[in-house]
Amino acid sequence: MKFNALLRRTPEWMQTSGPHRDIVITSRIRLARNLEGELFPGWAKKEGRFEVLAKLLPHLNSLPEFQDAFIEDMGDLDQIKKQVLVEKHLISREQAAKSAGSAAIINPEQSISIMVNEEDHLRIQSIRSGLDLTQAFAVLDRLDTELSTRVTYAFDAQLGFLTACPTNLGTGMRASAMLHLPALVLSDSMNQVISAVQKIGLAVRGLYGEGTEALANLFQISNQHTLGENELDIIARLEKVIEQIINHERNARAKLLQDDPNRINDHLGRAYAILRHAHILESKEAFNHLSMLRMGSDTGLLPVELGKLLDTVLVEIQPAHLQIASQKKLTAPERDVMRAQMLREKLQQLPEPRLL
Amino acid sequence: MQCDVCQQNPATVFLTQILKGELQKVNLCEACSKAKGVTDPTGFALAEMLWGLGTTDTSEVARERICPACKLSQSIFRKSGRLGCSMCYQTFRESINHLLKAMHKGVQHTGKTPAKWEPPAPAVAAPAPDPPVNRLHDLQLSLQLAVDGEQYEEAARLRDEIKREESS
Repeated sequence: MKFNALLRRTPEWMQTSGPHRDIVITSRIRLARNLEGELFPGWAKKEGRFEVLAKLLPHLNSLPEFQDAFIEDMGDLDQIKKQVLVEKHLISREQAAKSAGSAAIINPEQSISIMVNEEDHLRIQSIRSGLDLTQAFAVLDRLDTELSTRVTYAFDAQLGFLTACPTNLGTGMRASAMLHLPALVLSDSMNQVISAVQKIGLAVRGLYGEGTEALANLFQISNQHTLGENELDIIARLEKVIEQIINHERNARAKLLQDDPNRINDHLGRAYAILRHAHILESKEAFNHLSMLRMGSDTGLLPVELGKLLDTVLVEIQPAHLQIASQKKLTAPERDVMRAQMLREKLQQLPEPRLL
Repeated sequence: MQCDVCQQNPATVFLTQILKGELQKVNLCEACSKAKGVTDPTGFALAEMLWGLGTTDTSEVARERICPACKLSQSIFRKSGRLGCSMCYQTFRESINHLLKAMHKGVQHTGKTPAKWEPPAPAVAAPAPDPPVNRLHDLQLSLQLAVDGEQYEEAARLRDEIKREESS
């Protein structure tokens, strides 16, 4: 599958509706794996990385999940294409910074992706709509077990899967969910939630992981610990906490709608007016207004079908997507103009929000 | 009371910080407090102080541990926080074990096992562990990693252990 074909195809998670889809955008699981007897990618020489890649590719290629997959060496992708894959959460920012000898393999549904020679030899990821970590893990578990019959993983009875960084030892698993929490942010409760979540050994991050800002009121919640607890226990604990956060968000929405209708009307009205009529829009401003429209659609003040369009638009207005769409490199001010234009077009049919 | 840094002059500056709800104290003499920039509270963190205590002994560098399989040295591990190969986990086991307790929920893997993997036959397969010739260095490494990971309670504990080790 070529890059353009991948780009044209809507990812599976955008088309399906997993549990709690109004609040949980996606669930993701990634497993870190290394080959026994090979230096980790960050310490290996270039030839070593090429060798590992050459050793892995035939096995990955022959997996049923990767029939007609997108397979590309990082050295053969330009900056903008790499960034598009980052914006789609198919590869990490770290992988985008790599060159020849590292690779990305993505199935046509864009539900499973593998990074070769990122920080570890293999980073296997699955992504699903809504809160569905158990199923996201089941898919990877099967694939991982199959791979482990073909290659020998670096593994230790005490430490589990051996990874380049000791923080990933054990299961090598990071489970995370992307949550849309506008009402908790509006009611100033988010800091409380973050500190409570951190106290029980979970991490809260922004849209693009470590050290990134929480744009569009989107937060990623994930496990910190990978050793000393098995995969299903980690997932069960994480899902339980996320379900509680979902309840808090629902309550906060109900309370805002009841106690402060003017404020909600104002946020929605502004979001509607600006996204429909602005001619220059920075990402941050666009993101935050889209977040308000999404809450409007979740609470019945805007059509429910709007939710999926908004999730798509949220990805398409990001810098690399804008540049791919216009087929040229754009400066930041040019992107802001293009972003506003795209939003006016996409939201042309948007009805005025119902007033409270 | 002696200065924690030079261990010679009497301490005249007493510093207290609360990190993660725990009280941390450092006692310094006039000269060391100036050298460490304690007088400028904005540019000073107890973490750096703890770190500094662990890195003074240059004679240790010559005897630095190096992984026989991939040649990664302890100082590179210390800088990057990343290991070079799976053998590194044997080479640096002692210092890594210190970290794991603070970093993870437990120190024993309980998750899945690869399909092809068989537990190594004990006695024959397991190489004899390295004698702890470089315990001080391992502790210093753990301290640095603990500071990197903002595990200040663990860092304080390691600092005390280093002090005990140095004075023994």
